[in-house]
Amino acid sequence: MSLANQIKEKLTEALAPEYIDVQCESHMHNVPPGAEMHFRVVLVSDAFTSMSKVRRHQRIYAILAEEMAGPVHALALHTYSPEEWPGEAPQSPECLGGGKH
Amino acid sequence: MDTLENIKQQIADNAILLYMKGSPNAPQCGFSMRASQALMACGKRFAYVDVLANPDIRAELPKYANWPTFPQLWVKGELIGGCDIIVEMYESGELKKLIDEAAAEGEAGE
Repeated sequence: MSLANQIKEKLTEALAPEYIDVQCESHMHNVPPGAEMHFRVVLVSDAFTSMSKVRRHQRIYAILAEEMAGPVHALALHTYSPEEWPGEAPQSPECLGGGKH
Repeated sequence: MDTLENIKQQIADNAILLYMKGSPNAPQCGFSMRASQALMACGKRFAYVDVLANPDIRAELPKYANWPTFPQLWVKGELIGGCDIIVEMYESGELKKLIDEAAAEGEAGE
């Protein structure tokens, strides 16, 4: 299973999202071909209702602690409660090559 | 001073503090660039720490913050969030309000 699918499965199980999208964005970055390091997650869940942004992200980082400690270098998170969901999320920035440091 | 004490001191001493990769004028990561641009657009002075130049902080802060990645914005001793949260707050106007308040308190305290 790809890492993106693994991330999607774990988050789906833990947060029962109304909408979830997990994209591998590693091709946008300074990494070897085929590497899975940069991800973008858009997640709409009732679990986020009346939870602050920082707590939402910390919740996701806790669910994905294993992946964050291992292969995942960057995880762009766009979290919404069902009432907040505008129907689309912002795009990730272009890489500046910092991974080579 | 050990790294954790150093981090706590930095967070306590700087009302507006950005941990990032590179510097605001020469960011080394797209997420750090976006975060520092949003913060600069708020028009107040802020402190930053380049975690690429401080590998001990880069290793220790994520555990202390319960936040695994950079950038991280800390205001008045509290973790506000990473790039996505900073940019969302900037676009909604919340960030400028928060930064203005923190800067005003910082000036009053000096």
